[in-house]
Amino acid sequence: MNKALKIVVLAKQVPDTRNVGKDAMTPEGTVNRAALPAIFNPEDLNALELALRLKEECEGSTVHILTMGPFRAADIIREAMFRGADGGYLLTDRKFAGADTLATSYAISCALKKIGYDVIIAGRQAIDGDTAQVGPQVAEKLGLPQVTYAECVEQVKDSSLVIRRRLERGVEVVECPIPAVVTVNASAPAVRPMNARRIMKYKYAMTPSETAADPESARAAMVASRDYLKIAELTVADIDTDENQLGFAGSPTKVKKIENVVFQAKEAKCMTSADENINELMVELIASHTLG
Amino acid sequence: MNNIFVYIELEDGAIADVSLELLTKGRELADSLGVKLEAVAMGVGLTGIEKELAKYGADTVWVADDEVFAPFRTLPHTSVLCGLIEAEQPQIVLFGATPVGRDFAPRVSSALHSGLTADCTQLEIGNHKDAKTGTEYKDLLYQIRPAFGGNIIATIVNPDHRPQMATVREGVMRKEEAAVPAAGEVKPIAWRDYLKDADLAVTIIDRQIEERKINIKGASVIVAGGYGMGSKENFRLVHELAEVLGAEVGASRAAVDAGFTEHERQVGQTGVTVRPKLYIACGISGQIQHTAGMDQSSMIISINTDPEAPINKIADYAITGDVNDVIPKMIKYYKQNSK
Repeated sequence: MNKALKIVVLAKQVPDTRNVGKDAMTPEGTVNRAALPAIFNPEDLNALELALRLKEECEGSTVHILTMGPFRAADIIREAMFRGADGGYLLTDRKFAGADTLATSYAISCALKKIGYDVIIAGRQAIDGDTAQVGPQVAEKLGLPQVTYAECVEQVKDSSLVIRRRLERGVEVVECPIPAVVTVNASAPAVRPMNARRIMKYKYAMTPSETAADPESARAAMVASRDYLKIAELTVADIDTDENQLGFAGSPTKVKKIENVVFQAKEAKCMTSADENINELMVELIASHTLG
Repeated sequence: MNNIFVYIELEDGAIADVSLELLTKGRELADSLGVKLEAVAMGVGLTGIEKELAKYGADTVWVADDEVFAPFRTLPHTSVLCGLIEAEQPQIVLFGATPVGRDFAPRVSSALHSGLTADCTQLEIGNHKDAKTGTEYKDLLYQIRPAFGGNIIATIVNPDHRPQMATVREGVMRKEEAAVPAAGEVKPIAWRDYLKDADLAVTIIDRQIEERKINIKGASVIVAGGYGMGSKENFRLVHELAEVLGAEVGASRAAVDAGFTEHERQVGQTGVTVRPKLYIACGISGQIQHTAGMDQSSMIISINTDPEAPINKIADYAITGDVNDVIPKMIKYYKQNSK
């Protein structure tokens, strides 16, 4: 029998940049952030599924979410609980503001030291930045080996995992000792749906900040009496950090300039699909040696 | 000292195109800074590798030649590159934004506590003044990249930390031999000094790599299909037109996500960047995510039922019509006229 593992899934709440429709751009051609819903980063859902499968293989294991973000990021911890996670930690503090990937990784690695872990699983990258840096950087900060682009855990051994990973043009199977950081690719199995019973059980799960906002509510009373409804909150005061490495000040990279992408209209020659138009176009392309 | 490093990625012993593209860019940056361009190659059987790298402007070629470095593993490459960087103090280090570069460059940046900017689309040298402190910096690397799903373009700098590191996707920079080949002086890396036993912790059990079958990057004509093609069956029209024109088939992310075609054909920010002579966009609306990978095409023809589709703003010819009607007509009139 496999030994029980403490599995921590690193997840991020992100604006849904994939569905940038017409209303997501202002008339000036800039991003209308308000029109983008906040979602569970897609590859972090693949990571959650891999974690839940690993938990099923190793009796007695637990799966917890660790996310860094504002108070509302507790939403993704609840979502993960509806899908099968045991609980989560919200890492939140104004001192984290303005962090680049390195300062983010540092804060997360400090929180992980506090929480404890056997296996750390994260999505390959988040869709708001697409950098894919936080997973490997957390691994380095904790001195752990890493397996990136994982698709599945093929075998659980006493002190290692056999993992299949997706490369650009093929697959690789590696054996990695644990503890380790695993980042999961979108090509891994999709996350399981939310479970109706779990929704009933966990829908009132809250962080201390959320209960403090409405301390007299029935919901707050319920959380107070049931430990499984408590989502842990960690601030800088709760973890051991060098504050110089946090947030904007702790970030080696600085944003010098941001430009909104505005489509520059070219003068397109517009035409219908009438036969003579298409014929004329093909004649032109052949004559100019663009084709043929 | 304070030169520019380019990490050379090897695919089964062959130099990856993206590394030569980075050398081309690195040569330009090195010339404007008045420093040397140094290539760093780790692998096995690398004798003679400097010849090709010198053609693309490498003044120096650092080599670690041993079986421990092939196939690529994160930890050995990280430790050895970190060791070399600490010894040589380059001011800039560039990596391909490939699965390999994106796996270990972040780890190197964390170990050295220096910043890393992913997926840059432009690299330039310029000055910088810190808005708060007023400190002025000369000759920083401007790392320019799309962010927020491609809706904004950010210029990133690393004022106080060295090296300045960036990854760049394949096909984004041009690959061009230097006007005058560089010296390509081979220097062995003292890798045994940098490698630790713990770096061998991860073992590769099995590896299956397919041949690269699809090469849309090098195609001079690309016919690309989007979600507007409607179905996987209908996407065959795109292949038919491509075959008649001797073109390659590309696709938008929406078409790939919908399962119309394989990921290798995806053009755009999270796919391949292409700049063919002619790009025919069939049923592609033209989200920035897609256009970022094809707007440098010499000529763009769009076919879309919506005359207001964003793709028409960058198209040279905008055909308003149904792909099911237009594509067969293009095939017909191309055949008629090309004889």
